[in-house]
Amino acid sequence: MSVLGYILLMALVTNLIRVIPLLLIRGEIKNRFVRSFLYYVPYVTLAVMTFPAVVQATQSPIAGAVALIAGIAAAWFGLGLLPVAAICCAVVLVLELFL
Amino acid sequence: MSKKNVILRGMRDGLPIGLGYFAVSFSLGIIAKQAGLTAPLGFLASLLTRASAGEYGGYSVILAHGSWFEMVVMCLVTNLRYLLMSTALTQKFHPSMNMLKRIVTGCCVTDEIFGISIAYDGYLDPEYTWAATGVAAPMWALGTALGIIAGSVFPARLVSALSVALYGMFIAIIVPPSKKDRAVMVSVLAAFAISYVSTLIPAFAAISSGTRIIILTIVISAAVAVIRPVEVKE
Repeated sequence: MSVLGYILLMALVTNLIRVIPLLLIRGEIKNRFVRSFLYYVPYVTLAVMTFPAVVQATQSPIAGAVALIAGIAAAWFGLGLLPVAAICCAVVLVLELFL
Repeated sequence: MSKKNVILRGMRDGLPIGLGYFAVSFSLGIIAKQAGLTAPLGFLASLLTRASAGEYGGYSVILAHGSWFEMVVMCLVTNLRYLLMSTALTQKFHPSMNMLKRIVTGCCVTDEIFGISIAYDGYLDPEYTWAATGVAAPMWALGTALGIIAGSVFPARLVSALSVALYGMFIAIIVPPSKKDRAVMVSVLAAFAISYVSTLIPAFAAISSGTRIIILTIVISAAVAVIRPVEVKE
């Protein structure tokens, strides 16, 4: 499959996911398991994607690990997407000067 | 509020979102380039898709020359949260809103656009969401294209630093709910641990990272859903 084919498929599926509930679901989902499963999925999938990938993405694994911890701390104290992302980048940039 | 004011407000709220997008999608561009995307293709992919984790997952499928099926499942799994967000958004729509408006507004859903739309007073004026997306989405696409162009001429040190921006954003999404809900925190920590261990098991490390993410997400989420079901509010 060509790269363009992959891209169009990705865009189609992603937007269908966004649109389908708005067209189909009138009431609330009642099934407890389905609700619970859907509730946890976003966090679990992001966590699986983040670790250990963040440690492997940097030239020095230690810099990646410290960035992870710094990011968690920053988010814990209420910082948003942009500042947390910036802090992670800054940590790696500074640490890799020394490591 | 007049239609004009609704649109201006949407554009105003879309601007900071777009600036944040720009920085993050730049690092996404670095990954897109590895998957073989040119700058125009990256611009198109990001403009049409507008999903950080979803595009990251999608590019890793392209990189691995995965199958159609793998791409579909990857998009379903990495974007499942949009299913929940759109479900929540149905409650913000005026019952008389027509199909076309529902479709266009649904396509706008991202973490941030959903956030400002759900916070809108009363029924959502779809023009507000469209205006915010109209400002933010091109910046997301432009960042991706520039990441593809400039990612390779950037010093390795800088690319290394920028490559964690996306993970930083993922962390910013998963930490606040972990703070509020112990079950989420436990599932996140378990996901970290199991994900790490899975890369050490030769049989598991051999399958593509996309498939590994899908399998772990489904198994861990289903397990937590059984152990700690979410209370149904009546």
